[in-house]
Amino acid sequence: MASHGIEIRGLYKIFGPNGKAHVEAVKAGISKTELNERHGHVLGLKDINIAMPGGCITVVMGLSGSGKSTLIRHINRLIEPTVGEVIYDGRDICRMSQSDLREFRRHKTAMVFQKFALLPHRTVMENTVYGLDIQGVPRSESRKKGQRWIERVGLSGFENHYPNQLSGGMQQRVGLARALTNDADILLMDEAYSALDPLIRVDMQTVLLDLQAELKKTVVFITHDLDEALRLGDKIAILRDGEVIQQGSGQEIVLRPADPYIASFVKEVNRGRVIQVQTVMTPAAGIAGTFALPSGTTLETAAKQMTAAGVSVAQVLDGDGKPIGQIDLTSLISAMVTPVGHEDTAQIAAE
Amino acid sequence: MATCSILPDILCSFPAVSDSYIRLARKTIDDGFRAQVRSHAHLIDAVVQPLQAFLNFLEKLFVNSPWIVVLAVMLAIVYLASRSKAITLGTAFGMVLIGVVGLWEDTMVTLAIVTVATLIAIIIGMPIGILMARSDRVQAAINPVLDVMQTLPSFVYLIPVVVIFGIGKVPGLIAVVIYAVPPMIRLTNLGIRLVDRDVLEAADAFGSSPGQKLWNVQMPLALPTIMAGINQTIMMSLAMVVVASMVGVGGLGKNTLQAINNQFFTFGFLNGFALVAIAIIFDRASQAFGKRLQKHTEVVHG
Repeated sequence: MASHGIEIRGLYKIFGPNGKAHVEAVKAGISKTELNERHGHVLGLKDINIAMPGGCITVVMGLSGSGKSTLIRHINRLIEPTVGEVIYDGRDICRMSQSDLREFRRHKTAMVFQKFALLPHRTVMENTVYGLDIQGVPRSESRKKGQRWIERVGLSGFENHYPNQLSGGMQQRVGLARALTNDADILLMDEAYSALDPLIRVDMQTVLLDLQAELKKTVVFITHDLDEALRLGDKIAILRDGEVIQQGSGQEIVLRPADPYIASFVKEVNRGRVIQVQTVMTPAAGIAGTFALPSGTTLETAAKQMTAAGVSVAQVLDGDGKPIGQIDLTSLISAMVTPVGHEDTAQIAAE
Repeated sequence: MATCSILPDILCSFPAVSDSYIRLARKTIDDGFRAQVRSHAHLIDAVVQPLQAFLNFLEKLFVNSPWIVVLAVMLAIVYLASRSKAITLGTAFGMVLIGVVGLWEDTMVTLAIVTVATLIAIIIGMPIGILMARSDRVQAAINPVLDVMQTLPSFVYLIPVVVIFGIGKVPGLIAVVIYAVPPMIRLTNLGIRLVDRDVLEAADAFGSSPGQKLWNVQMPLALPTIMAGINQTIMMSLAMVVVASMVGVGGLGKNTLQAINNQFFTFGFLNGFALVAIAIIFDRASQAFGKRLQKHTEVVHG
């Protein structure tokens, strides 16, 4: 199944009895506080344009109140947009009829929730096949599929437990199994891991990355945690006060924060895990090193491999195995601990 | 009074409408009401007949079956519902005591009418409760009606019931249902409205139709509250059975009424205690059943 991308174009959401009437004012630049105080409407989202590539994990990051949960709910239209388009596979979700929308939700999307939102009166198995129940798939068939995903998320043996009997981490595994059993192209994860403790969160991130490597779904992941965003996101969009203030790859955001707000976030990030070798290498291809690293290797991995091999200089190879530059340990380590300057970031722009 | 002497008359004694007006209004409304009833007699009959048949059938079944069969069936139902030996034994003890003091037959009559009244209250109350939960407007329209039903003294609404349906078992049954249905409606509505919004959102996100949402999510999760409503409905119909004996319902209620009229102290209390025994049996069994349906809430992850 080839995954389709999702494209959000010119999306506005203004909460209140007559949101449409205030779109023009918002477009003209009225502020969030002014809209609230003078007109009693709350600006939820302002001019959102994001292309979410198919088969990739797009992370929408922002602090609470930034509109990220509102945004993800527009993709399956749990919230009606004020104006704008959400295009999937050539169709505008915002214009679908109620029955089309229901079919779209049943077959194309699955969602994982921050508070798990499992059905407390159903067992793990019954929760897992919930989406298939709704589609009208007979239990004999759905149980087989459910069983597969229950095993895949590591819950074998718990099929007949009730959600109440499980820990938070296990409950969210049920949430994930429920979403995956739906076999939908789009996977919406609304702060899916925010309620979990840090170790389990990392564990669940690994589960998601492993699954994604195999399934290649179009994942939209909402989080307030930049580390999580950088670990999971092929693409990251940062939201503040209902506006996208920067979008790009994790590396781009860490190296070139669009404003002081993002810069203050990025300061605390473990750069070694985000920045890749080709970004800090010397692009001279002349010197032939004995030790080679593929482009796309993170600095941390590179440092580990180079010290293990006992070399201080390594060659960087591109996708076809051709050398494109070299990197030495000193520059590698200095890039890990200090913000990279403009001359380095210029290379990314050239890429 | 002293203050009255300094006030004008109109402020002192309330200026009521002349008696003749009230008399006229009363006569018009009463006559109109009776005429309406008379002209719709066939319609009223159509309502009464099936209820009468059902009630008679159940009453005969309860009264004519050998007491040992009735008791065995009752104990089986109580045990299956509650899965509790204590409640089953208590039921046996209570029912035997009722039989020993010679109230078995009257108790069966009362049991029959309470059973029918509860069933009707559930059949009427649950859909209305669901409708109320779905629409704020329906809720706003029905709530005041329920308020009136619950605060209007039960003797007062016996009057229109008697005018429309006459004296007898079915009018009594209808009065009991009117009295007992509000908690069923209110608690169904409340139960559905209290269902966690997050879970409902999940149901929506997976593409549930409104019907699927109702039966897969809302009703199961509202069940504890709905069970509390059924419990209340049973309790209220047991209470109302005594009052309804004034319009011709038999059983323990009629005995109580006789005891009041004749100052039969002991007889009255025996009947009262028999009602209490049935109430406790119904209450414990239905609560235990409701709890058993919620077994998923009991085992909590430590």
